[in-house]
Amino acid sequence: MNHKEFCSLLKKNGFDFYTGVPCSILSNIIIYMSRSTEFTYIPATREDEAIGVAVGAYMGGKRPVVLMQNSGLGNSINALTSLVLPYQIPLLFIISWRGYQGKDEPEHIFMGKYMIDFLKVMKVPTEIIEKDVVEEQVMRNSRIMEEQKIPIALILKKDVIM
Amino acid sequence: MRRYDAVKAIVECLRDEYIIACNGRISRELFAIKDQPRNFYMLGSMGLASAIGLGASLAKPNKKIVILAGDGNILMSLGTLATIGKASPKNLIHIVLDNECHESTGGQATSSSITKLDIIASSAGFANSKCTDSADMLKEVLKKFLRIEGPSFIHVKVNRKRVEVPRVSLSPPEIKDRFMKEFLKH
Repeated sequence: MNHKEFCSLLKKNGFDFYTGVPCSILSNIIIYMSRSTEFTYIPATREDEAIGVAVGAYMGGKRPVVLMQNSGLGNSINALTSLVLPYQIPLLFIISWRGYQGKDEPEHIFMGKYMIDFLKVMKVPTEIIEKDVVEEQVMRNSRIMEEQKIPIALILKKDVIM
Repeated sequence: MRRYDAVKAIVECLRDEYIIACNGRISRELFAIKDQPRNFYMLGSMGLASAIGLGASLAKPNKKIVILAGDGNILMSLGTLATIGKASPKNLIHIVLDNECHESTGGQATSSSITKLDIIASSAGFANSKCTDSADMLKEVLKKFLRIEGPSFIHVKVNRKRVEVPRVSLSPPEIKDRFMKEFLKH
């Protein structure tokens, strides 16, 4: 699947508001969303700010997606634990996985190792995006998120969405 | 002017606007002065009131949003002012009630005795920005900003005199649900 098809997949599932902070793994997706008139992408200065913007948009009837590098998960913990989780806001997170299997620059190694555990501790359902089943993953998680009013994280490894 | 009186002056100018109130005593004072479904009380997530207000204003361009933040909140995420400047929602008024300290945790000083928040806002791209320390001028400026296109910013200097008010007695989902019920009408 390429980045355009992935963006269309999100749109087809009703997601209509995008915000976040870039990552090289998300580069094509964010550039496409920013340039296409079919998408609203609000560039944030920090990942927790993106979460705040998404929460505001959700209360205004949008179905937002927050895109970030896993380093930004660190910046997002308080926004998750004191805003998204207690207020029961359904939000889709697309988080890139730098530091996967310890093969990356030194600053990515620790978050690469602990990211899945951090999400697990906060009980945020987390799935790794698989090329062959991504359509089903987005559709199913979009429904669960809405029904249970919870955030869900989809993790994107390098070279999965081109 | 006490912050409580500033909140009261603001509420008196508003009619059908939606208020995003930051954590700490600002939410509590608003709750005590005029609780209504159009108030969103951000109980935690310090620093994010500006971002929530931005998202709400972009999602509903035909409704007016007023953010009530403190100096501690806005200083924690000055970057959001830049994000607002770039997105430039015409229906957003951002008010900062600045007592130059983190009052609810014991009055520890912030940098806002030095930081010119109104100038930062205009540099960030807000269409209108004013600073005031009087209730009359606050009302006058707010009424004007409600008539013209934003994003607008009002920096209100207040003193540290505290008025005792109760905590917000609603649960987070209750705050959200009743806010959304109103906000999503029409």
